[in-house]
Amino acid sequence: MQSNVEKDYTTLNLGPTHPATHGIFQNVLTMDGEIIVKAEPTIGYIHRAFEKLAERRTYGQVTPITDRLNYCSSPINNMGWHMTVEKLIQCEIPKRAEYLRVIIMELARIADHIVCDTVVAVDTGAMTGFLYLFQWREKIYEIYEEICGARLTTNIGRIGGMERDFSDVAWKRIHAFLEEFPAALREFDKLVTRNRIFMDRTVNCGPISGERALEYGFTGPNLRAAGVDYDVRVMNPYSSYQDFDFKIPIGTQGDTFDRYMVRMQEMWESLSIIRQAVDKMPKGDFHADVPEFYLPEKQDVYSKMEALIYHFKIVMGETEVPVGEVYHSVEGGNGELGFYLISDGGRTPFRLHFRRPCYIYYQAYPEMIEGGMLSDAILTMSSMNVIAGELDA
Amino acid sequence: MSELHDKVLSSLQNHFPEAVTHSGDERDFPVFHIEKKDLMAVLAHLKNEMGFTFLTTMCGIHFPEQGDQEFALMYQLHSLPTNERIRLKCFMAKNHLEVPTCTPLFATANWMEREAFDFYGFKFTGHPDLRRILNMDEMNYHPLRKEYALEDAGRDDKEDKYFGR
Repeated sequence: MQSNVEKDYTTLNLGPTHPATHGIFQNVLTMDGEIIVKAEPTIGYIHRAFEKLAERRTYGQVTPITDRLNYCSSPINNMGWHMTVEKLIQCEIPKRAEYLRVIIMELARIADHIVCDTVVAVDTGAMTGFLYLFQWREKIYEIYEEICGARLTTNIGRIGGMERDFSDVAWKRIHAFLEEFPAALREFDKLVTRNRIFMDRTVNCGPISGERALEYGFTGPNLRAAGVDYDVRVMNPYSSYQDFDFKIPIGTQGDTFDRYMVRMQEMWESLSIIRQAVDKMPKGDFHADVPEFYLPEKQDVYSKMEALIYHFKIVMGETEVPVGEVYHSVEGGNGELGFYLISDGGRTPFRLHFRRPCYIYYQAYPEMIEGGMLSDAILTMSSMNVIAGELDA
Repeated sequence: MSELHDKVLSSLQNHFPEAVTHSGDERDFPVFHIEKKDLMAVLAHLKNEMGFTFLTTMCGIHFPEQGDQEFALMYQLHSLPTNERIRLKCFMAKNHLEVPTCTPLFATANWMEREAFDFYGFKFTGHPDLRRILNMDEMNYHPLRKEYALEDAGRDDKEDKYFGR
């Protein structure tokens, strides 16, 4: 029998600052009891006009902007930008620099996935795993610190290579990480993955089909969880990824559990890539010979006229850049992070557009949570790893 | 010219003889300039007949010195099975910024078009929800257009020439 009584919905403001959303997201939810009937996201709370800023900054000065996109894995963003400019100026960088970059990028991927997976566990009530695994992110930050001096917003690498070769301390820390992290990851895996409560909460929570995910432009772990094996590292290898042997883990349901599992497996694959890169590390230079773009040694700046001139030109942005447009994409922590760059030969980019994976897949969020429970909406958001910095640019 | 460029160009010329105004290979992949009136038909053709089912990204561009081709929209399509990528561009004049929406073809275009509207003022006809997305609703201009300086216009101690352009 159909009821004639009109349903009484409640409007619930989830966010913009809510402890469970891990960032500044607002969702206006129409609730039927515990069930979400309609969700309407509002974004832009930390919009910082990166695309406009980039039009007023020289090529080297754009790198710190990219740090602040997905700040859980800034080195990948930095490298993506360097490679975009290298594509524009048609600069080949030495193998060693590429391998060093691969190590950094895969460490960043592990750090990114640690954040996402442990936070999914926290949102189901499992605080312990978070506390156990999060210290390994700290160890990764210590490696960054040794390489570039910074921890979160790294500004790592330079156009044309790396700013310096890894020091002995950095190598020691990388080896220690490779040695000790697997045990910690296994421990976390044992603690969380097959836990009955965790599985009950995550299986079938916020699912999306492969076709729908493609229509919504999903990339990265979220797309792979839905069963589509698209990975930029394999489809369009950059920075010598073709030299390494690794698998692309995929899921079947596209639900929270699959997104969690894909990230878990990717951490193992990243570890294997780092090991291969360390073992096969070629000898040679850590940067290309492009004096117009790569800052000279400080010692030379003080003692050689030519180095002083180049130093000045690079810092003041007076280097000649070819006219043209390029698109380069890397597999970021969340998916295909693309840089569309138009150069008119001036000292700054004429137009720089970031393809930010979060921004593109977050629009599917209402569809994924409608019809589910409020607590599942929180889990779905954290398992999608929506990073406010990348979302709002 | 690359093989992919020739393949796409001949197919487009067969179906839409007047659609492509310019084409060529940029550094990474082929670029086609498309007439605005044919844009949706071309996108539908590329998606349904040629396998370019994935809209990687789209964005607006402003060329203040190009007269009646001042504004451009860039669409970047990807055919996942064959791993081919192409780029489309559609130019228009400042007082003709109405473009039909491609949200029926690509669900992902929804927010991308909202972003292009927000920052450049393109009016996507038929868009389900064309509102500003990253800037606040009260804003009365489109900030990525080149005429708006980065620095606050009220300040006279900072001139653009000291900071780049």
